[in-house]
Amino acid sequence: MSTMAFLKRSPWILHYDASSCNGCDIEVLACLTPLYDVERFGIINTGNPKHADILMITGGINEQNREVVRNIYEQMPEPKVVVAIGVCAASGGIFRECYNIVGGVDKVIPVDVYVPGCAARPEMIIDGVVKALAILEERREKMTGAAQTKESARQAAGEST
Amino acid sequence: MPERIVVPFGPQHPVLPEPIHLDLVLEDETVVDVVPSIGYIHRGLEQLVQKREFTEYVYVAERICGICSFMHALCYSQGIEHIMGIEVPDRAKYLRTIWSECSRLHSHLLWLGLFADGMGFENLFMRSWQLRESVLDTLEDTTGGRVIQGTCKVGGVRRDIGQEKLDEMHRALDPFEEECRDLGDIFLNDDTVKYRLQGLSVISKDDAYALGAVGPTARASGVPVDHRETGYAAYGDLGFKPVVETAGDCYARCAVRVKEIYASIDLIRRAIDQIPEGALDVKVKGTPDGEYFSRVEQPRGEVVHYLRGNGTKHLARARIRTPTLANIPPLVKMLPGAQLADVPVVVLSIDPCISCTER
Amino acid sequence: MTVNEEQTTISVALEDLTREVEALHAGGYRLVQIGCTGTGETYEINYSFDKDYQYRNLRLTVEPETEIPSISGIYWGAFVYENEMHDLFGIPVTGINIDFKGTFIRTAEKYPFSVTRSGGDRCRNA
Repeated sequence: MSTMAFLKRSPWILHYDASSCNGCDIEVLACLTPLYDVERFGIINTGNPKHADILMITGGINEQNREVVRNIYEQMPEPKVVVAIGVCAASGGIFRECYNIVGGVDKVIPVDVYVPGCAARPEMIIDGVVKALAILEERREKMTGAAQTKESARQAAGEST
Repeated sequence: MPERIVVPFGPQHPVLPEPIHLDLVLEDETVVDVVPSIGYIHRGLEQLVQKREFTEYVYVAERICGICSFMHALCYSQGIEHIMGIEVPDRAKYLRTIWSECSRLHSHLLWLGLFADGMGFENLFMRSWQLRESVLDTLEDTTGGRVIQGTCKVGGVRRDIGQEKLDEMHRALDPFEEECRDLGDIFLNDDTVKYRLQGLSVISKDDAYALGAVGPTARASGVPVDHRETGYAAYGDLGFKPVVETAGDCYARCAVRVKEIYASIDLIRRAIDQIPEGALDVKVKGTPDGEYFSRVEQPRGEVVHYLRGNGTKHLARARIRTPTLANIPPLVKMLPGAQLADVPVVVLSIDPCISCTER
Repeated sequence: MTVNEEQTTISVALEDLTREVEALHAGGYRLVQIGCTGTGETYEINYSFDKDYQYRNLRLTVEPETEIPSISGIYWGAFVYENEMHDLFGIPVTGINIDFKGTFIRTAEKYPFSVTRSGGDRCRNA
């Protein structure tokens, strides 16, 4: 019950490959294809940051993609959740000692869910998305709650004048 | 004269799972010039040889690319084995061949799917990836990993495939081949696919050769280079002929890969029939001292690992030239003349693997 | 039929480079790669060519800061390797057909493989 309750809102996913080896990327795509098929929950992979609710990033941050990752994140509308997929996205993984790797994705943008693994398995990625959905729902409620408070405050102010 | 405009393409683009950036110079809808820029995935893993022992570097080599990971490990291991004069047992060679061809199958099916997605043929994308899952299941059953296998090591392989499993794989090949042929039929004979691909971005045989194209990109233009002909691992025993097309357009590049799927199935079948009994590995003693350019045919083409040992546990240098890097010059020559809407299809037609390219 | 692969390496002087490469080009060789190795104080640059799986390797040894003529006039596709060589090793290459001027591969540290670099481990996560 609990999982389905979160799924009432079908999130759209944006996938970006920061500096992954492709292993996690193809597993993210495998989630969308017939065997794992997250599309049955209404989860759709979009190419447009402005359509996306969940940002899935694979691989660590390097010098050149730092700005790209931040740019994509900032273009996404609130509420949004970031899922870091694979150990490279968490800490830099096997490449953490390379000269061009800054570290995990959290060096640049806030990360909400970490999915471990090298490469992360599709089952784990789906679990990560389910966790992200809960966080997304919470944020959405907080936002609508804040909007309502604002609205009623405005109304109260309007009545008094 | 129409006005020229520059359209940026990537690094984040819906059809590309990986970041590559192209500056496309357009006249109306037609591409007239292209400037590629890479570096979004550059990690600098060649320098890790100074921090990892030569036997450990296999794991790093596997993670140069998650799609052809087994073949990177194979190329690296064969290079070190050549420098140290290690003769790998025959059974290990056959197992390496079987896993290599499984990797090729999953890579080509993955590419066919992405290519169909790039054309807007969503249904075919799903079907290709569905078939690919059965290859991944076999890989997982035999190695423990879906995309990163970790079974190749310097001196042999780490795991065996039992006779029971080999028989099961052999039995599964026939129905699998039938399904692949059904899928290949659509790619080769469907009118929509033909309409999108035939005559698109032709590259001639001479150009492909002169620009240093490798793999299916070269073979689609009639250049018969395939490193499996040199008979590394067990390819020498199995007999091998490269798949060559002559048209040089996107359709030919697609056809080469479809036919290579059939060839790979055939190779696996023969390898299972002929696999000898025996040891899986030999003990590695000493340290590598010397240099070698190790070459292996990956799904995307020839990969070169230049390895240089100096008699210590750490290599002095590993330089990895991956097939996509060699295929960038042909891509730059291929794009002019294409319509803007066809650019994703043309870029995908070389099967770009950016994480390989930038290392 | 299995073809035997052979690898030969010959040293070449800087002034002979273009001539040797032109000879290989005329002989129908394709460019496989250009790779660089730092050996203490100098660089070794390997120009690798292949024809029917026969591997020919021209080896150029140069001091840092020596300008190298580009071979992209002979092999058009050489620009990827020459730009890479410049960006990772800091070797100046003159006359590349598509010269990225150091923006082909952008790295955190300039010229990470250079033999003249200040030394020490530049990894930030070690």
